[in-house]
Amino acid sequence: MDQQTLIYIVVGATFALYLGIAVYCKAGSTREFYVASKGVHPVANGMATAADWMSAASFISMAGLIAFLGYGGSVFLMGWTGGFVLLAMLLSPYLRKFGKFTVPEFLCDRYYSNTARIIGVICLILASLTYVIGQMTGTGVAFSRFLEVSYEMGLSIGMLIVFFYAVMGGMKGITYTQIAQYCVMILAYTIPAIFISLQMTGWALPQIGLGATMTEHGTYVLDRLDQVLSELGFAEYVAVNEHNRINMFFYTLSLMIGTAGLPHVIIRFFRFRPSRQRVPTPAGRWYSSPFCTPLPRPSAPWPV
Amino acid sequence: MAFQNETLKKQYWRDNLRIIGWLLAVWAFVSFGCGIIFAEALNAIHIGGYPLGFWFAQQGAIVTFVVLIFVYAKLMDRLDRKYGVQETEDAK
Repeated sequence: MDQQTLIYIVVGATFALYLGIAVYCKAGSTREFYVASKGVHPVANGMATAADWMSAASFISMAGLIAFLGYGGSVFLMGWTGGFVLLAMLLSPYLRKFGKFTVPEFLCDRYYSNTARIIGVICLILASLTYVIGQMTGTGVAFSRFLEVSYEMGLSIGMLIVFFYAVMGGMKGITYTQIAQYCVMILAYTIPAIFISLQMTGWALPQIGLGATMTEHGTYVLDRLDQVLSELGFAEYVAVNEHNRINMFFYTLSLMIGTAGLPHVIIRFFRFRPSRQRVPTPAGRWYSSPFCTPLPRPSAPWPV
Repeated sequence: MAFQNETLKKQYWRDNLRIIGWLLAVWAFVSFGCGIIFAEALNAIHIGGYPLGFWFAQQGAIVTFVVLIFVYAKLMDRLDRKYGVQETEDAK
């Protein structure tokens, strides 16, 4: 079997899986469409959040960029993960206890102001749009490469698939699709890392491998990297640029705050274990809230 | 379940803030402290092939973040139980 056939089979199978999940989880009511009600286990929710976070952009470009940047890339590593600490401690418990479904609703009720709500909605749309543009570009690039079609064609195929499973399954369908994506992506991320680490250092755990000695040279991986990079005229891999410290500080801080505010991540915390203070929601209320709902993020249905 | 009186409510909030304060102090210390501000000084220490400052920035901080979130969840659960305001099964 040649490589192209193999790619078609694997990509086809992933599509079939995602679409299958969407059909299986078909949203039965408006409420189910917007908020995957009680049936989502916290671990499943965490997996879906992780899949959300590991977006097409991080998969295609950021992983390589961070690997290349060395110490400077730490701003992304710490920024994107540190935000979850802020989210877990400062935002999500209170949003959840408040018993509303979306951030604009929270703003509206907390500050007794529809203006606050409208501002919230505008911010949400702006943030989501910006985000979607990046993701969709990624989707287009990925599909055009794997399926050997034009960029526009790849983009359209990706959009159609996402549209189909988002509209069919609603939030619950998306959650389950993302759990599937999580498994696919975790495998795709770790398998190469483990084998590269094994080959270079003999350690299966890449986190240890990076700090270990190389089987070939007998020197530490990081020392070797430093050496190669400085021979090429770049800064050393682990070197701290002292003139850049304030930049790094604020860059990291802003990435952390930004991560804590990602609309598609925050919304996951509204979803499971509704707190007891929540008032029963009259179904009719939804008529007024098309703008207050999270935009289901079209994450790339990722072919390995 | 609600609080029995206002004093308990205030006390609960104070304890809550104390937990968040300590954990965020650790959060800031490992990332901004060890990972950025003291990174260069810490790089003098090596653990295996890792200069310590580099390790904090690339791995140590992230591992600590994960631990912090679990510790927070655990502490808050305990606090909720102490004040009798935990989420009950039937409220799910």
